[in-house]
Amino acid sequence: MADAKVIPFGEEPRSRRKVPRLGRGGRSQGSLKPVPQQRDEEPEDPQTAAAAVPPLPPGSPKPAPGSGDWERKLAHGLSFLRRRITGDYEVDDFGYDHDLTEQVLMSLLRPLSDKYFRVEVKGIENIPDSGGALVVANHSGVLPLDGLMLQVAVHDHHPAQRHLRLLAADLVFVLPVINELARKAGHTLACAEDAQLLLERGEVVGVMPEGFKGIGKPFSERYKLQRFGRGGFVSTALRAGAPIVPCSIVGAEEIYPMVGNSKTLARLLGLPYFPITPTFPLLGPLGAVPLPTKWTVQFGEPIPTDGYPPEAADDPMLMFNLTDQVRETIQHTLYKLLVQRRSVFF
Amino acid sequence: MGRKALILGKVVLVTGVARRLGGRFVRRIQREPDVERVIGVDAVPPEHHLGGADFVRADIRHPTIGKLLAEYGAHTVVHMDINGTPLGARGNRTSVKETNVIGTMQLLGACQKAPSVQRLVVKSSTNVYGSAPRDPAVFSETTPPKSLPSGGFAKDTVEVEGYVRGFARRRPDVAVCVLRFANILGPCADSPLAEYFALPVLPTVIGYDPRLQFVHEKDAIEVLRIAASEPRRSTLNSGTFNIAGDGVLLLSQAARRLGRPTLPLLLPTLRWARTALRSLGITDFSPEQIRLLTHGRVVATNQMRETLGFEPEHTTAGALADYAHSRGPGLLPPETLARTIDRLAALLPAGAQT
Repeated sequence: MADAKVIPFGEEPRSRRKVPRLGRGGRSQGSLKPVPQQRDEEPEDPQTAAAAVPPLPPGSPKPAPGSGDWERKLAHGLSFLRRRITGDYEVDDFGYDHDLTEQVLMSLLRPLSDKYFRVEVKGIENIPDSGGALVVANHSGVLPLDGLMLQVAVHDHHPAQRHLRLLAADLVFVLPVINELARKAGHTLACAEDAQLLLERGEVVGVMPEGFKGIGKPFSERYKLQRFGRGGFVSTALRAGAPIVPCSIVGAEEIYPMVGNSKTLARLLGLPYFPITPTFPLLGPLGAVPLPTKWTVQFGEPIPTDGYPPEAADDPMLMFNLTDQVRETIQHTLYKLLVQRRSVFF
Repeated sequence: MGRKALILGKVVLVTGVARRLGGRFVRRIQREPDVERVIGVDAVPPEHHLGGADFVRADIRHPTIGKLLAEYGAHTVVHMDINGTPLGARGNRTSVKETNVIGTMQLLGACQKAPSVQRLVVKSSTNVYGSAPRDPAVFSETTPPKSLPSGGFAKDTVEVEGYVRGFARRRPDVAVCVLRFANILGPCADSPLAEYFALPVLPTVIGYDPRLQFVHEKDAIEVLRIAASEPRRSTLNSGTFNIAGDGVLLLSQAARRLGRPTLPLLLPTLRWARTALRSLGITDFSPEQIRLLTHGRVVATNQMRETLGFEPEHTTAGALADYAHSRGPGLLPPETLARTIDRLAALLPAGAQT
């Protein structure tokens, strides 16, 4: 299952998987023009990769280890606790709790991103340092872990430490606990009003237009982009004049290989799909542990939208063309990344 | 007609003056230079004084209100008798609903027949937007609600606003201003949320942390005054406006700032708790208030700033702080907790403080 043939073309022969990293790096440099080589000295061995401290961007909130470190950490923790129990923190109109996200939620997600999925981020410079931008990504993996990893990737790798404001499905805001955490992490409902308001406020907004069709597609259709909704995200970006940054995520498709979908159970539980993976209902909660695949997140060149007249947002042909352009870009980048990938897990 | 009223000064008729907010507004509007006379109307006599205003005991559900309007030649009608909770312990939900809906119908019918009426101000509520998980995060005045409120005060406000729109169509010469207030808080506000925050332990819905917005009662009075007066230069005070203080507080955050512990309950348990509290006569929170405490509600206030030209003096946090100050500390005062932590931090070796 792990070595299932993913893409009909460009599949590397097994023997070539073991070629040293250097050669691979050189080739990727040739095939991907807009992407600068970020980490060419990444360790080959997965053991060392997991053991080594992942390279952190400058200005990362993690303090440098040293003597007296725990005291500073404790003082920091106490001041955080003081703010929390006295309610002395700010939330924005969407319920985004910057303090909690920065101090707690990101720290919880970071090990998953850095150690477990070993997310490699490319082309982060395509997200502007300031002002609004709409990141459009593919969606996969049964549970929306790709969105969360994307949020960590943007925050930890971007020089300006920008916070990605994800647009989530309405199901997220119906479920207890989940809705609370999603709002505090800066997510909001995927609707044109919220997206436009966020873009006008100069936020980086993340959207996955495939929605449930993408995240709940069977394993056999992995890395085949589904329909991109009705292209509402394009008109929203046009209205706000925000650039569209296409983003391709490789690795999320294999975390839960969905081999079946129990439609009856899904309907009973009011869910859009009920996944059956080789492990999930069989092993119970243990089956809900995602497979430790190796992820690559690639941001493409931004597509500017500020050159269009204001009435362009209501032009359906332009909408379809731009939607297709974004979709094609993501799909092609996905294929390129898959060709470069040596294996699902390393 | 208008000229005559202008020379003599306006007659302002205010409904719902037995409530504290109504009483305060009556006292405030008398100080306006162009106001000659203020008539306060309510079905029960107010416990607070109304300054120099005339109180007329009349039920707006009855046609006598029409005679009143004609008799006094009211120029401005400020309709504040739209409430979520009954006044005092005697009233019940049915009479509140009747006053809200039938009372508004009667009052508007009377206004339509009274040629002297030139201005109508209606105190509505952001309850009209309902509160649902599938709604956009921020409501603007034009956002249609995804699910219309099915009952209670929220439905009343929807119906009231419907009648007001009908009235505005039939009397285009009257300037109609609908003010949708967020939860009004302050030292003497008697809104349902103020009663809720006065509980020693706040029951909340488990797994939900709603976003709330407050407006200070002083700001509420001030915006009502602006709406009831002639518009200032480059502003427009007819139309529908959301009124709320700047910023947003989460319920958990508000509870911590008030120093009141929360008691997270499952939704059905919360309904039982509500019945228990009501039978004990402590407080009553309606189904739409439970919905507010589940999903929360935030409104956009650009129209209030740009068109109405009103800048609230208090933010959401400021209104809550003033309310907390007036009510005294709760069981877990934030100052005490902060002091405890400061003492803990002081135990750390010097140099570790950040």
